[in-house]
Amino acid sequence: MKNITNLKEFACTPDRFQGGHRLCPGCAHSMIVREVVNATDDDLVISTATGCLEVCSAIYPYTSWDVSWIHIGFENAAAAISGAEAMYKALSKKNKLYNPDKRVKFVAFGGDGGTYDIGFQSLSGAVERGHDFLYVCLDNENYANTGGQRSSSTPLGAHTTTTPRGRVSYGEKQRKKDLTMIMAAHGCPYVATAIPSTKHWKDLAVKAAKAIETVGPTFINALSPCTTEWKFKPEETTEIADLAVETCAFPLYEIEDGRKLRITYRPKVKLPIEEYLSRQGRFSHLFKPENKWIIAEWQKQVDEYWDYLQRREEAGV
Amino acid sequence: MATPKEMLTTWDKVQFAAILPAFEDLEHKKRSKFHSYNYSVADWRVEKPVFNRELCIDCDFCWVSCPDSCFMVEEVVNKRGKKQAKIVGINYNLCKGCGVCVDVCPTPIKSLLMFPEYVDTEEALKQWPKKD
Repeated sequence: MKNITNLKEFACTPDRFQGGHRLCPGCAHSMIVREVVNATDDDLVISTATGCLEVCSAIYPYTSWDVSWIHIGFENAAAAISGAEAMYKALSKKNKLYNPDKRVKFVAFGGDGGTYDIGFQSLSGAVERGHDFLYVCLDNENYANTGGQRSSSTPLGAHTTTTPRGRVSYGEKQRKKDLTMIMAAHGCPYVATAIPSTKHWKDLAVKAAKAIETVGPTFINALSPCTTEWKFKPEETTEIADLAVETCAFPLYEIEDGRKLRITYRPKVKLPIEEYLSRQGRFSHLFKPENKWIIAEWQKQVDEYWDYLQRREEAGV
Repeated sequence: MATPKEMLTTWDKVQFAAILPAFEDLEHKKRSKFHSYNYSVADWRVEKPVFNRELCIDCDFCWVSCPDSCFMVEEVVNKRGKKQAKIVGINYNLCKGCGVCVDVCPTPIKSLLMFPEYVDTEEALKQWPKKD
């Protein structure tokens, strides 16, 4: 496991995901990807499900990756990476590897559409078969690549192009699917949540290093604030991510062996959820008098979930 | 068996289970012309960040939060004999002008500030806010 102590040392790592990609200015995807691929010194094989990251980092004839990279469909990023892993295992048994002394690690990236909805069957299957890989979900809570449709990750009351706000509708009517807990229920050796921010950079880097080092299927759910669809200014990306953690809308925790839950960051003062919602244009309609009940519902859900996490950590089950 | 350099020339030289090198020229770390590192997104921006070396404390917050990897770092050895990264400048070919680096800069007078694209870098450094 790579020793990650402080940022000054970590910044000496040569970048393996380079700039010049065509992600939006201020996109959090590339912050997460850079930290994850820099969190190990081993060779990497990466597969990326269709989504913003895949489309923007591989516009013909350019590529932004300094590592081996497979472009694969929306639904089978996990299937492709488990196939690559199985091939490596088979070739190393037969002693047919090109450079057998090098260690190779496998990472898959998917957006929330490719993980929560479309790619869930292949992810669930790959985890169940127990391949040795890390799956990183870049959760921006909508299908940002195709113009911001709702996904099963979109939270309550959010405005998207398929759940528009107006006189009749108040936006998304369902609550967010709790994928991290679903992955933990598969019995993954390591499952964690993370955010891209300067305050929690070490949290993400250490979790990624730990997940890559763990033998067996591992999963990281990383919140990725989307400037275009969440409707905030590009420079506020890290602030919004920080607020999601400070209000406990997206708590940081890790689960080992599907059971042992540990909260990795506790906010000193838990901020009211309005702080997080009011910064984003997609929730601006919730502050009208007729929609106040949605904010109360949000607060209730967040409190209940935070309470549930704390009780689970205490009980150690 | 083909060497990594030969494998980069044609597809039929590629060996099973080989990790190809990221660079066309390993010694000089030269990337191929089809690497997006050699592509310019400079025309996306209307404001550019300007870096003031004198105020920088090398916290590297901008390096870790830059979505476009445009902060160039140099490896130096500090007083305690440990290696650390020193920010030496901004790669303006890759910068899209999002302003995240200015937002996260922790120094009392920011060592990174946004200026309009037409302002010259040296002119911008002269206009820097002074401590009262």
